[in-house]
Amino acid sequence: MANPSAVCNGHLHHHHQKQNNLLKSGIYKKNGITKGMKKNGISNGTLYKKTFIEHFEQAPMYVAVLTFLGFGVGTVFGYLRDFMRAWGLEKRNVATEREQQKDFVPLYQDFENFYTRNLYMRIRDNWNRPICSVPGPQFDLMERVTDDYNWTFRFTGRTIKNVINMGSYNYLGFAETDVNALKTVTIELQKYGTGICSTRQEMGTLDKHVELEQLVAKFLGVEDAMVFGMGFATNSMNIPALVGKGCLILSDELNHTSLVLGARLSGATIRIFKHNNMQSLEKLLREAIIYGQPRSRRAWRKIIILVEGIYSMEGSIVRLPEIVSLKRKYKAYLYLDEAHSIGAVGATGRGVVEYFGMSPDDVDVLMGTFTKSFGAAGGYIAGKKDLVDFLRTHSHSAVYATSMCPPVAEQIIRAMKCLMGLDGTTQGLQRVRQLGKNTRYFRRRLHEMGFIIYGNDDSPVVPLLLYMPGKIGAFARRMLEKNIGVVVVGFPATPITESRARFCVSAAHTREMLDTVLNALDELGDFLHLKYSRYSKSSHPELYEETRLELED
Amino acid sequence: MDVKQVKDYLYWLYYQYLLITCSYVLEPWEQSMFHTITVTVFAMVLYTAYVFVPIHLRLAFQFFSQIFGGQPGSTV
Repeated sequence: MANPSAVCNGHLHHHHQKQNNLLKSGIYKKNGITKGMKKNGISNGTLYKKTFIEHFEQAPMYVAVLTFLGFGVGTVFGYLRDFMRAWGLEKRNVATEREQQKDFVPLYQDFENFYTRNLYMRIRDNWNRPICSVPGPQFDLMERVTDDYNWTFRFTGRTIKNVINMGSYNYLGFAETDVNALKTVTIELQKYGTGICSTRQEMGTLDKHVELEQLVAKFLGVEDAMVFGMGFATNSMNIPALVGKGCLILSDELNHTSLVLGARLSGATIRIFKHNNMQSLEKLLREAIIYGQPRSRRAWRKIIILVEGIYSMEGSIVRLPEIVSLKRKYKAYLYLDEAHSIGAVGATGRGVVEYFGMSPDDVDVLMGTFTKSFGAAGGYIAGKKDLVDFLRTHSHSAVYATSMCPPVAEQIIRAMKCLMGLDGTTQGLQRVRQLGKNTRYFRRRLHEMGFIIYGNDDSPVVPLLLYMPGKIGAFARRMLEKNIGVVVVGFPATPITESRARFCVSAAHTREMLDTVLNALDELGDFLHLKYSRYSKSSHPELYEETRLELED
Repeated sequence: MDVKQVKDYLYWLYYQYLLITCSYVLEPWEQSMFHTITVTVFAMVLYTAYVFVPIHLRLAFQFFSQIFGGQPGSTV
């Protein structure tokens, strides 16, 4: 067997069972000659070809108690401030109704508005920070200060240079300004300009779109694909075209807002199953088939399962083999949203379908976005030719929304060609492997330090749990002081007790950058007391690093 | 050197208290109010403990010693 990393036609012939099997059988062979050992000792051997390790560790009880205490204090002071504002003891910076509307149904009394003006406002300076450079592995930040506790901001005029970027979805590092890389994009910009000024069905279909769609279909290994100008709109405008009244949608608990919006707009019945929980999904499927529609007991016209490839708040990967076997058994359709996983997982970056070694024919509707791994904007839906032809005529996006603009389409074309190896270099494959290495290294070090990290070991989205509301602001501000930009997420986007900092590892991050970030996290973890994990692997990570490098590719 | 370490440690403890009770996000006057209330409540707890705990312990000790060791008619 020659070089096990041989690339031909953009597909990688390489056996990934090596890592799993040698851990089980204890025999180490160097050049991937593992065919004989494939059958040993894998518990889910028929469905999962490699180990599926996910972490969702629960914090000690006192952490939950203190989190509630913190929110309690915040709420009490929130009521106090609301009282002072209502009685004129304090200047009102918030939106209030006009005097004439005071007798109407109140607009700002619900919990969401209370939370926004009393808790979110206090730490608002950690979000919506304007940057003034390309969001590559490092970026420049405009410095801003507030004089009245985050109600208004002003810019000091200074820019903070070279802040390490741990928040952008720049998984493969294609957000770059290198002139050589963007040569074709510049040419297309000169040729086509920036505006399309029309929808796909009128005059907005260019030869660039046709080229891009054929390339996407070839990349994914499906019959046809269609691209749209906006990733969010791809979900919210196409699900209503595929399902309607009388259909059943089974959607994961933690699906993205675009999927939820699309499901609600379609008018179908929606049932939610627990996150990545196959028993819950099977139970819902059985009930749906046994009992049918709610009052007429007729069979459902269509049953569709909505899942994502990688869930961006948890970092977990969907259990695709089990879902596909369930869908075949109960004759349902599968809609897979690979927004974060296309380009980021899989041996050659073709998403979760390749990661699990399955064929793209198993999934009925493959959806993805170009915003994350390809450094552009927009989304696609791919699958059988009949499906895509149907969408070309029936999708709301095709009829009413402006199509993707040509320079962006060219950026996607050049990124995809790089990834497939069609530009003659192995740069694309190197990026995918660099991302894999960075992900594994980052996650391993964080586990060793003792932080609680959620998600699958192979996902480049790394949520680090902070829990207490006081620590959200402190963490983000202190990381910025150390010149590292992080994204922290709190209540509405996550459950109230589980606020987190979400890191997105990129192929463009060098080992030094990751080490800087990890050292800063180590220090900050001790200072803010964030290391809640009870299962930290070792207190001497340096001793283990050598042996692990041998086991990895 | 030692004084500085102690001061740093005390500052770290104060910072942890601020983070845990979420008073880190409050404005300075709210923080003062919160600290006053907390210190008052804590002082009252300590005072109550100082006044009542020794008496309760002594009574409990007498009660249990009466049950276990007080059979040969001792009156306390």
